[in-house]
Amino acid sequence: MSILVNKNSKIVVQGITGSEGDIHTRQMLEYGTNIVAGVTPGKGGQSVIDGNIKVYNSVEESVSVAGANTAIIFVPPPFAAEAILESSYAGIELIVCITEGVPIHDMVKVKQIIKQNGTRLVGPNCPGIITVDECKLGIMPGFICKKGNIGVVSKSGTLTYEAIDQLVNAGLGQTTAIGIGGDPIIGTSMRECLELFEKDAETDGIVIVGEIGGQMEIEAAYWAKENMSKPIAGFIAGQTAPPGKRMGHAGAIVSGGNDTAEEKIKILTECGISVSESVADIGSLMKSLMN
Amino acid sequence: MKIHEYQGKELFKKHQIKIPVGIPAFSIEEALKAYDLLDSDIVAIKAQIHAGGRGKGGGVKIAKNKDEAENHIRNILGMKLVTHQTGPKGKKVERLYIESGVNIKQEYYAAITLDRNTEMDVFMVSTEGGVEIEKVASESPEKIIKIWVDPLVGIKQFQLRKLAFGLGISGTAFKEAIDTFSKMYDCYQKNDASLLEINPLVLTTDNHIVALDSKFNFDSNGLFRQSDIREMRDLSEEDEMEIEASKYSLNYIKLDGNVGCMVNGAGLAMATMDIIKLAGGEPANFLDVGGTASAETVKNGFRIILSDKNVKSILINIFGGIVRCDLVAKGVVQAVKELGLNVPVVVRLQGTNAEKAKKLLAESDLSIIPADGMKDAAEKAVKVAIKKD
Repeated sequence: MSILVNKNSKIVVQGITGSEGDIHTRQMLEYGTNIVAGVTPGKGGQSVIDGNIKVYNSVEESVSVAGANTAIIFVPPPFAAEAILESSYAGIELIVCITEGVPIHDMVKVKQIIKQNGTRLVGPNCPGIITVDECKLGIMPGFICKKGNIGVVSKSGTLTYEAIDQLVNAGLGQTTAIGIGGDPIIGTSMRECLELFEKDAETDGIVIVGEIGGQMEIEAAYWAKENMSKPIAGFIAGQTAPPGKRMGHAGAIVSGGNDTAEEKIKILTECGISVSESVADIGSLMKSLMN
Repeated sequence: MKIHEYQGKELFKKHQIKIPVGIPAFSIEEALKAYDLLDSDIVAIKAQIHAGGRGKGGGVKIAKNKDEAENHIRNILGMKLVTHQTGPKGKKVERLYIESGVNIKQEYYAAITLDRNTEMDVFMVSTEGGVEIEKVASESPEKIIKIWVDPLVGIKQFQLRKLAFGLGISGTAFKEAIDTFSKMYDCYQKNDASLLEINPLVLTTDNHIVALDSKFNFDSNGLFRQSDIREMRDLSEEDEMEIEASKYSLNYIKLDGNVGCMVNGAGLAMATMDIIKLAGGEPANFLDVGGTASAETVKNGFRIILSDKNVKSILINIFGGIVRCDLVAKGVVQAVKELGLNVPVVVRLQGTNAEKAKKLLAESDLSIIPADGMKDAAEKAVKVAIKKD
């Protein structure tokens, strides 16, 4: 078990002939990810990645011919929303959108449509998902992970790697690590990831890494208080971030109310989540909760 | 991205939202000419800066004759306008908007923005116009009427009616209010705005609905398809070094401390600032160098950080995933040599080829201080910054 992806996921890469698509398809294959197809409209019929992956003109074709059920998107921002919808209407069950810079107005519409279609989306503006030793769907460095019993969910990229690295140093491996993305509107929330980890028999503890902006960490915390049986170690980035300034991620901005790091840490703690004050203590905190 | 009031009003004009007649002016002569052209009994002289609270700060004045107008124009143009949003340093006024006065019967607040919780756009109106909406929201939230727009359906008549009824508007103005709200939503949508605020929106004594102010925020991710909006960007309103950094695809925000930092990834960059504070120091900046950290990137990063004279030490924190740490280390060594840095640099590299990188740094004859882990790095960077002070 694990969540969202495993060795049986059949993956189609949207934008496989672009430079990002090419680099990361190679790295995903190297990790052992089961990639069954690529899509670039107009380049159908070609074989790419040293002749190993067949390219189709549409996601629909990759589903009917190659049996794809999971998609990963590496297309530029102006076309990313359309790429998500194409996969959703083609019956793809899980879509991971790596693209950074998708317009908010596009995402507002996309979010409603995928809800109606029953598609799960992770991202956009995220590093993707790794189920350790089975499937790397995205741009995370696979070698830093070790198989184990901790789930990781985070809004950020390199900060997720930092957390994984600390877990490994503390002797803890991972089941699945998910980067959910740093945009104001994203497909899968922190709470939804907690729900999936709570149900996963292999996961015994969870690390959540949040940041300033929005209410996602708070929603997750209130849900966890009522529903989680597994220990959670948390960290919230941006304690020193000035209000009103966008800190890199489109969604990382303090805009009033309880979206500051301080307020989130307070609410998480009240909900029974142990929060590490220092980023350097995430791994050791999880370790202490597991003992 | 933000724009000035007068630019927002140009957008309103395009979308047929009613505004008073007004003319932007960049000099005293232009402003006086604008006053004559308006030929109005009452004229407002309005400072054009991106921050709110202009009226309270003395940046908006009413003139009943030309002498008064000239007096206000001379006072406001070039003044350092301080408001609750500019910070104590204030903002120099370089542009004015000269606008005909209107006779006001009632003031309202109207705004559209993204509600991150419902993941829909929310349209808010209130009878408490002309005051700070944050204050209304905390003191009497029942006075704010809200509707949420289903993006697949668009804004509907019954919702527009709810807004107008909620404000107690009746008679001929009712239709005009509904029309204005509908056009506001259209304007918000078509321009990739993330905020459209009119405060105050007014009912005039002759029963028209008129926008007396305009405030916009735009989604920077949507600007690639908004050439008109891009052209409205006023670089003098932005931090010089933040603009400089963006030329090299670096994301930089200046802060008040003395420990500079350079990090790959926004989340890790924020966490680095936080741990500097925990170690007893104050971060001088946020700097995300992005996914790749080449010698060129590192060099540009150093230049940007060192443009801030408060910086007493620099902490480089790179987690190498796709990026190889040994290449980053080479870049750091090269950049320090080329720039002849005299500020101590603490380097923490973790991930791909980290060991090789540490060796490279140790073997260089430069004053680069290697660190293990983020805690060690932050403590070392803070310690050398204090020593330098």
